[in-house]
Amino acid sequence: MTHNDNHKGAAVDVPRVEGDDNHWLTRPRTIRRLWLGFALVLAATVLLQLVVKVKGYFVVDGWFGFAAAFGFACCVAMVLVAKLLGVILKRREDYYDD
Amino acid sequence: MIDGVPPPAFLLLAGALLIGLTRGYLRTAVMFLAPVAALWAVWQVPDGVAVTAQFLGYAIEPVEGSPVRRLFASIFTIMAFTGALFAFRQARWFELSAAYAYAAGALGVCFAGDLITLFLYWELMAIFSTVVVWCGGTPQARAAGIRYAIMHLLGGVILKVGIEGVVIHTGSADIRPLLATNFDTWMILIGILINAAAPPVSAWLADAYPASSPTGSVFLSAFTTKSAVLALILLFPGEPVLIWVGLYMIFYGIVYALLENDARRILAYSIVNQVGFMVVAVGIGTELAINGAAAHAFAHIIYKALLFMSAGVVIYRTGVTRCSDLGGLFRTMPLTTVCGIIGALAISSFPLTSGFTTKTLISVAAEQQGLVLVYFALAAASAGVFLHAGIKFPWFVFFQKDSGMRPKDAPWNMGAAMVILAFLCIFLGVYPEPLWALLPYPVEYEPYEPGKVLFYLQLLLFSGLAFFLLLPLMKRTLTISLDTDWIWRVLLHRLGLWLLALGSALGERLSALARAIQTGPGARLVQALGSAGPLGRTWQIGTTALWIAVLLTGYVFLYYF
Repeated sequence: MTHNDNHKGAAVDVPRVEGDDNHWLTRPRTIRRLWLGFALVLAATVLLQLVVKVKGYFVVDGWFGFAAAFGFACCVAMVLVAKLLGVILKRREDYYDD
Repeated sequence: MIDGVPPPAFLLLAGALLIGLTRGYLRTAVMFLAPVAALWAVWQVPDGVAVTAQFLGYAIEPVEGSPVRRLFASIFTIMAFTGALFAFRQARWFELSAAYAYAAGALGVCFAGDLITLFLYWELMAIFSTVVVWCGGTPQARAAGIRYAIMHLLGGVILKVGIEGVVIHTGSADIRPLLATNFDTWMILIGILINAAAPPVSAWLADAYPASSPTGSVFLSAFTTKSAVLALILLFPGEPVLIWVGLYMIFYGIVYALLENDARRILAYSIVNQVGFMVVAVGIGTELAINGAAAHAFAHIIYKALLFMSAGVVIYRTGVTRCSDLGGLFRTMPLTTVCGIIGALAISSFPLTSGFTTKTLISVAAEQQGLVLVYFALAAASAGVFLHAGIKFPWFVFFQKDSGMRPKDAPWNMGAAMVILAFLCIFLGVYPEPLWALLPYPVEYEPYEPGKVLFYLQLLLFSGLAFFLLLPLMKRTLTISLDTDWIWRVLLHRLGLWLLALGSALGERLSALARAIQTGPGARLVQALGSAGPLGRTWQIGTTALWIAVLLTGYVFLYYF
């Protein structure tokens, strides 16, 4: 074990395997299907707005696909802000140790 | 005593003591009976002041009941119980004993009818939560525990200054709604906000909680910040500054969690984020908002404990906390993975989970008050929560790459505790009415309007899309992130070292000066005054008599002229 963060300071004996076990969930074909399924669900949530009325409390939030675009844009913005702040704020793990 | 029922806090305190005095099965029985008895006692507390007493000349009210007090007290006892179930076979007895005394402090705060009682229980929490942090047992836990204790004792002092001021200036220690309008009330507000992990001292939480043991962090996640939320509900409902404090906490939590590599520290930052939602709600202050704050606190304690439990099981089984070292654990830890995902969905307020039914109350409260900015900020924050806790936590811990580790799943007691909480997350999401019935104000709210559900599904699922598209930007690094605690951990430390260096440099200068004086004028003085010098040496009596005669003659001479 390269790192040992166990709270009691004693090594935890973890069973390990080497190499790829080719679990069905990690096969490229499964992942492609998951992406496809995800894309269909995403499209469905937006298209459903044609049938289900989303009440806009402040006008814009009732627009077609507003929540989808807003959620996506906000997440991109937050990741980028975090990334930028990381340049200033990130330090090596042992920064406080010396 | 209320009709023969002891105050709920005393029952947990008795439990804490008995855990230390008993052994084996008896100890286990005490662990499970104490929270059950306390929960029963919670529901025996009537509305209004139930117990009065005299303390240092003040009339105090150690037990006062109201719906919101009983709501918080109930979830605290439920947490003590499930926390004990999670921990009792793995944690050492003194950790559990300290956790019960800590929970007793939180219960005491729930029913404190006056500020003096509140302060006493507040300090009880500070002391025993520090012990729980120390039970992490590592050098980091010891150091973090000391920093934690200093922060909370400092917060206690600030709170006490405010309480003294209010008691002296108004003559009453009663707990009643205040507004931060003068020095006294500001001190009380700041003292409470320190426990809520508000800026600029939010760092204590992410510093201390992840340093505790895998079982200790489950207890820590529940009591301190949420009893602070209750204190805000009781003392500062509708205090406008809380809206901005809360919004800052929400986005602080998201950004720091996104930067973090340590699994439990991600969860710690998301506590600050979630408490931020509650603080905003208290700041809005309408009946709906206060209902939202209370309901969200109740739901949050459950799913946050569940998340800390799933992280705790992983650490217990692997000894690893870094996301960069974890991954692929879903293969051999299916129960922990599913429970972790349920907790993650609940914190993200996904429909059909407790987070959805409770957090949307707060959004509706913001909307009803016409707070446009707050409303959209809360929507953005919901997306951000899904990003940093809802997907990031389970993805990096249980999926991403294969770490090669094949640990066993949770021990039965840890698994049972997780299943209970996971069940509650979904139960309160599907059937929130029992929780509504406990809220302080009547609830007329239908969370499952189709339009609202669709809005949140779009918001959350497209956040999920953003996460997976931006994965390359979120590669884990072996880093920590600086926070305001850098000021006292590094800047003040360096300033102190610099002052010490300055002091010793000054000392050097002074002693050099002293040496120079010694060798220069000093040496001549020594020559003159020293035992060998003309003025210092011992004179013979004859010489002395001669000098006296000369002086007297001079005196007589001067006298006549």
